[in-house]
Order: sequence, then structure tokens, then C-alpha cells
Amino acid sequence: MLATSTVGAAPPAIHVRDLRKVYVVPEREAGLLASLRSLVRRRHRAIAAVDGISFDVQPGEVVGFLGPNGAGKTTTLKMLSGLLYPTSGELSVLGHVPWRREKAYLRQITLVMGQRNQLAWDIPAADSFELNRAIYRIPRPEYERAVSELVDLLDLGPLLQKPVRNLSLGERMKCEIAAALLHRPKVLFLDEPTIGLDVTMQRRIRSFIAEYNRRHGATVLLTSHYMADVEALCKRVIVIHHGKLLFDGDLSKLVQRFSPHKTIVVELADGVVDPAASLARYGEVVSADDGRVTLRVPKGETPVVTSRLLADLPVLDLTVEDPPIEDVIEQVFAQEVPAAL
Amino acid sequence: MIALLDVYRAFFKNEIALQLQYRVQLIIWLLFGVIQPVMYLVIWSTVARSRGGQVGDYGVSEFAAYFIAIMLVQHLVFTWIMYEFEFLIRQGQLSVRLLRPIDPIHGHIVENLTYKLLTLTIMVPAAAILTLLFQPRFDTPLWAIAVAVPALLLAFLLTFLLEWSFALVAFWTTRTAALNDAYTLVYMFMSGWVAPLSLFPPGLQVLASILPFRWALAFPVELLLGRLTPQQALGGLAAQAVWLAIAVAIWKLTWRAGIRRYSAVGA
Repeated sequence: MLATSTVGAAPPAIHVRDLRKVYVVPEREAGLLASLRSLVRRRHRAIAAVDGISFDVQPGEVVGFLGPNGAGKTTTLKMLSGLLYPTSGELSVLGHVPWRREKAYLRQITLVMGQRNQLAWDIPAADSFELNRAIYRIPRPEYERAVSELVDLLDLGPLLQKPVRNLSLGERMKCEIAAALLHRPKVLFLDEPTIGLDVTMQRRIRSFIAEYNRRHGATVLLTSHYMADVEALCKRVIVIHHGKLLFDGDLSKLVQRFSPHKTIVVELADGVVDPAASLARYGEVVSADDGRVTLRVPKGETPVVTSRLLADLPVLDLTVEDPPIEDVIEQVFAQEVPAAL
Repeated sequence: MIALLDVYRAFFKNEIALQLQYRVQLIIWLLFGVIQPVMYLVIWSTVARSRGGQVGDYGVSEFAAYFIAIMLVQHLVFTWIMYEFEFLIRQGQLSVRLLRPIDPIHGHIVENLTYKLLTLTIMVPAAAILTLLFQPRFDTPLWAIAVAVPALLLAFLLTFLLEWSFALVAFWTTRTAALNDAYTLVYMFMSGWVAPLSLFPPGLQVLASILPFRWALAFPVELLLGRLTPQQALGGLAAQAVWLAIAVAIWKLTWRAGIRRYSAVGA
């Protein structure tokens, strides 16, 4: 079980109120004439990448930060880590104002971007680790301890002495994560940490993050397109879309709230002619395969439909499930967000 | 301070390993640093010979001394930070450096000095060969050598901070190549790189003395050639110090303003 929020009056690790980030981008139509016109008069357009979001994260919490591409997740993470200057709103992490990028702040956080690397390409990761030790002023014994812990948890042993360019994507990512955690940050911002990795490696990174959180009580804010990451790590999720907050709460509540359906899987005894057709009057048939039929039923009707199925048909087995989380998320994003338009 | 030395040591160790992997690139860059001054040397010597061996206060062997000294001092002070900084911003790599609890300038200083140190192994023999070929005349008094040490250090810092501040323009506009070229053009003429400043018309000489570039290149060169009086040398150090203070102020101001504009593209 992951560490949950601390009880009592501890201040939140992350505090965000009405946070906004507006990018001003030059606007230009295609074509030569438009190019010439833009030389004389440039037109600009303001785009609110993050448009008034608020949330708190307690120390030790692991929160999944979800949204489609362009929702404003990465922009938010960049503001939280201190890379971007917010247009307006209140923001504090561990009591610091991130954009000031005070050394005392930067020593306590880390930002891992799945598509960006900090390790020097042409030298072994061990050398980059050593540089981080100096930069973060990690005392030698602590450094040795951190390295051996990370080597152990991430199975880095032979990788550290090879030039980084000779590592596979997954191996490199493990080294990147290790480099980002040598200074034992209290807050981890992870932006797509498993992107492009195979399933085994994803699982490895996932269990590592959970273990790091458990051992060190670190606060983790994670974005991922892989729902498995979120399901395995995050009890709580924050969903944003078009820069606005759509949902903030338990993952299970997200399913309840956004999925008006349940899935009923029925296994029928032999002898039922055309099971799919005979079940169509109970609900929407999602799939049918031999005697096994999956139905989608409005949530409220589930008990009635279930009892009718049991009464009417030779049912061998019946299970009621929530729809897969991917489908729920997809539904969330498919919904129009009136406030954002 | 000790912590910063530790960081410099770690940077230095990695930089040596990194740069040694690109030896060919190292040598090609170096060729530019040697060929350019040799080119000016040959041109000016030819001009001098066609005029009976003298142009202004420079004879053939004085031109040789001037451009060999230019080559060495230029090697010490030059930076490529404006081009690199633009690249870092466009590639999103600056973000990685900004998240470290240390000013990114330190890494770039070490990178610069490491390159200089590694290529000194070729620069010094090159200077020796040129000395044999062109018979330069140096009249360097001992005191000038002593003054040259702080003058060279100030010249390096001044050039680095000026160009670093200039590089920060990339925070406002992500494409700065044209601006960098314009800077380089002014620098070439006003620093004494293409010709000794005493050969310039008086108006331009005044302008060159007001601008910082002379103090970052021609001043230490003339000092090493023994062309300056002790008073001129002290005046030069003072000019360097003033410009260094201005460069630090510009750097701090542009950094503070630029960082708010930073949009972390591509990262």
C-alpha cells in the first residue's frame, strides 16, 4: 500500500490556487502574402495552456496527473518545478515559490521528463552521477548509500560504466531516474517516465517509484499515458483538460462519476442459440465469443438486468465489472467542457 | 567555495572525457583560430612591404608579433556561448540545466576552459612555427608580463560575461543567429582582431576605446608587445574593471528578466 496523506495540520507539500499560464504565440496564416504581411504587422494570440487550476497535495501522496496531449499537464509540472513563470495564481511547493529557483528548493525536488535527458551522452552514467554529487553537495557517505540503493532497486550494476549512448532506451531511462534521485528529493515530478518502454521495463519503473515513495515518504506527481502506471501507483488522480481541472479525487470515484455504465460478463450453458442476439434485449452487446457475452448496461439498471438474466437464461457464470479505466478516461475527455470554450 | 571547486573538478573531469571523443572537431575549430590571424598577418605584411616596410607605427616584424599575439590571446578569450545557448534553448536542454541548484554559467565556463587547455597542445607549437616563419619582434618589458596576467584574466571574464549576456537574448527570440553574426562583425573591427587599432581613423579609435571589445583583446595584446606605457597599462586595467562591472550588471538584469520570459520550448 502506498503512503497516504498525513493526518493532522501538516502543510501541503504542493499548494496550487487559480494557477494560470498564458502563452503568447505569433499567429500567421500560410502562404507568401501572409508571410509578407506578418513582417509589417505581427499578430499574436494568447493561449491559456493552464487556465485557473487549484489543488493541494499532501506530503507522501502519489498523485496521477491525467489529461490528453496539450491539456496543460507538462506546463503545470514545469511551473511546479520552477522552470516556468506563472502568468497568475498562487503556487508553493515545500514552502518555496518555485520560479525563484532557490538552491534550497532545487535540492529538494526533481523533474524527470521521459523525453529529455540529463546524462551526458558520450560518457558513462557513473561520471554524470559524480557531477550530480558535487552539484547537489551530497556528502560522500550519503552519496555512496544512495548509489548502492539505486543500483540495487533498479538493477543498474553493469550499466553505470558504459557510455550512455550504448545503452538501450529502457536502460538509459533507469539511469536517468537514478541520476534524478541521487539527492533524495522530497518531491518528484515525473512526466511520462515510462514512455516508449516495454511492458517489463514499465513494470520495473513502476514498482521502483512505489518503493521509493514507501521508503522515503516522497511526494510524487506523475503524468502518464499508460493507465497501468496510474492504477498501480496512484490512489488519487487529477484530471485536466483544456487547462481546466475536470476531476480531483480517488481513482475509483473517477470511474463512478464518469462512467454511467457497468459491464456484465455472462457465460451461458451450451444450447442457447445465437447468444449475442438473445442477450441484445438486456443491454448493449460489446462482444460475444462462444457462450461468453459482454454486455454494457446503465449503472442504475444493473441489479434488475442481473436478476432477469439469471431468471431467464441458463447462466453458468456472471460477473459485474466497472469498465476498463482507459475507456472511462476516454469518455471523460470526449465530454465537452463548457467552461473551457 | 570548496563546494564550487568540487563542482568545477567534476565538470572538468567529464568535459575532458567528452571533448576527447571529438578530436577531429577540436582540430577543425582550432584551424580557424590559426588560419584567420595568419591570413591578416600575411595581408598586412604585404601591404607594409609595398609601402617601404611600414604602415603607421607597424613594420613587417611588428605585424608578425601583433597577429601571433592576437592568435594566442584570442584563443584564450573567445567563446561560442551565443551559438550554444540558442541551441540549448531550442533543444529544450536548458531546462535540464536550470533545474540544477547551480547557475548554468559554471558548466559553460569549464567547457570553455577545458577546450582551451586541450588545444593549447597544438596552439603553442603553431605559435612557435609562426615565430620561426615570420620573425616577429617583441619588445616586452618584464613589468608588462606581470600586468598581462590580471589583464588576460579580466579579458577572459569580460568577453565571457558580455557574450553570455548577449546569448540570453535567446530568451526573447528563439532565433538569434543573425544577431550573433552582427555582434561578431562589430567585435572583429572594434577589438583589433583584423587590424591594429592605431591604424584606424581617429574617430573610430575613439569609438573603439568606448566600446568594451578593445579592452578584451587589443589591450592585452598591445601590453604583451611592449607598446604601452605603465600609465596606459593601468588605464587599460581600469577600463577592463569598469566594463566587467557593467557586464556583470547586464548579465544579472538580463538573466532575471529573461528567465521570466523563458517558455521551456521543446522540453
